[in-house]
Amino acid sequence: MNRRSGTGYTGIPAWIYAIAAAGALFVLLPLVAMVAKVNWPEFIPLITSDPSLTALGLSLRTSAASTALCILLGVPLALVLARSPFPGQRLLRAFVLLPLVLPPVVGGIALLYTFGRQGLLGRSLELAGIQIAFSTAAVVLAQTFVALPFLVVSLEGALRTAGNKYEAVAATLGARPGTVLRRVTIPLVLPGLASGAVLSFARSLGEFGATLTFAGSLQGVTRTLPLEIYLQRETDADAAVALSLLLVAVAVAVVGLSYRRPGSAAPERAAQ
Amino acid sequence: MTVGRRHVAALLAAGALIVGVAACAAGSSGASASSTAESSAAGADGTAKPTGNITVFAAASLKATFTELAGDFEANNPGTKITLNFAGSSDLVTQITQGAPADVFASADTKNMAKLADAKLVDGTPRNFATNVLEIAVLPTNPASIHSFADLAKPGVKVVVCAPQVPCGAATDTVEKATGTTLAPVSEESSVTDVLGKVTSGEADAGLVYVTDVKTAGDRVKGIPFAESDKAVNTYPIATVGTSKNKDLAQAFIAAVTDSEGKKVLNDAGFGTP
Repeated sequence: MNRRSGTGYTGIPAWIYAIAAAGALFVLLPLVAMVAKVNWPEFIPLITSDPSLTALGLSLRTSAASTALCILLGVPLALVLARSPFPGQRLLRAFVLLPLVLPPVVGGIALLYTFGRQGLLGRSLELAGIQIAFSTAAVVLAQTFVALPFLVVSLEGALRTAGNKYEAVAATLGARPGTVLRRVTIPLVLPGLASGAVLSFARSLGEFGATLTFAGSLQGVTRTLPLEIYLQRETDADAAVALSLLLVAVAVAVVGLSYRRPGSAAPERAAQ
Repeated sequence: MTVGRRHVAALLAAGALIVGVAACAAGSSGASASSTAESSAAGADGTAKPTGNITVFAAASLKATFTELAGDFEANNPGTKITLNFAGSSDLVTQITQGAPADVFASADTKNMAKLADAKLVDGTPRNFATNVLEIAVLPTNPASIHSFADLAKPGVKVVVCAPQVPCGAATDTVEKATGTTLAPVSEESSVTDVLGKVTSGEADAGLVYVTDVKTAGDRVKGIPFAESDKAVNTYPIATVGTSKNKDLAQAFIAAVTDSEGKKVLNDAGFGTP
């Protein structure tokens, strides 16, 4: 990030570039190898087949729903973690971040024992007539579980960087906490919230392990794009590679288009 | 000057990284290549007694039986070492065609063996050594009272099957067509393990898996055999991989799998004889 490059000084030793280049290659090379494997004459028919489009549609819909759920649950969590110190705060943060390091399959098993038919809440839910197992709702729950930390981390960082000066001033001018949150805090951290939401969406899009373990796999209901790729790989390697490229393209489009905005807005805000 | 030296150091560091990674990769494959290259030697009794190491790639459903068979084989043939690698048959074929060092391939269906043969990687003719049929797996309490294949189609029964793309799903399809029973599964999983998982966790009322899977699961599930399962008998072929560096030992192991001792181990686990 050398946005203040008026003088041309970047402050990065030259050798860093060489290792950075090796790092970039490490990420790019597998993608290049995949692109090279694509059966281009068949590419369009492969990605527009009925199962592929159904899986893509389901992936986009569930990821959008999970992102909304992440915002709903994650914003209050980030606010609590960033603003008011309380006993057990560090512990709470550690637990909220746990899905980041947990293998998704473990997340799926945990969700199964929570929302499954024999699970902690599942039995009461079933009595209430709500069945989560094998439904699209299960996919959304699995995706939210793994994506929530991304939103909380991004937003908590933004809240800490922004500080609470403006909020304090607003409060001394007589604004109620609700008004401060709505008129000062949220607008101030909007770029952080946006980038957190984008990351959550991208993570939801790629969710596989927890979905497979918890939600199952049925076309149009629970079989998202990653699960479709996993299944196609059994019989049709060309289809699996084509769909993988489609998933990469969607992820790059989502992250590339929306991630730039907060990046360029942040220094401007910091300079004010 | 200093900048130049830094550049050099940086390039060296980056180069070292790449060489290091390459060395790791070469190290692992090199080790197995040299071990499998150990040639067989003639035994003291005059008959060829193969020695050395081989790697056996076997379908995931063969895990228990092949672990036992390999142990027995090593005990009966001192100086041999069998390395086992278990995964889905199609994954194993992909691994072998991508150059994984396998000497023997045991597939859960003839289709994947044919795929390997198409890639000119099968030595000789594959031998069919076992069969497997489907069975209904339910919780020991059988909450949905399933007693026949037709029961799976009852409304409200949550049944989980394998997707048609994998062998157990193809078998399910065949049975459905042969019996004229159409199932409405709540999930089509990519592997038998996932189907069993959905049953043992109580998410599903019933799952369709192989007889041998029900046996392996022990008392966590109850197996319900059904007569229509003979409409889709899965045959397991085994063959020496064309690129094997120790074909004598590979043949000896295949002979051990297909002889009466091997049959007994397989039958005990629920496999049928072809």
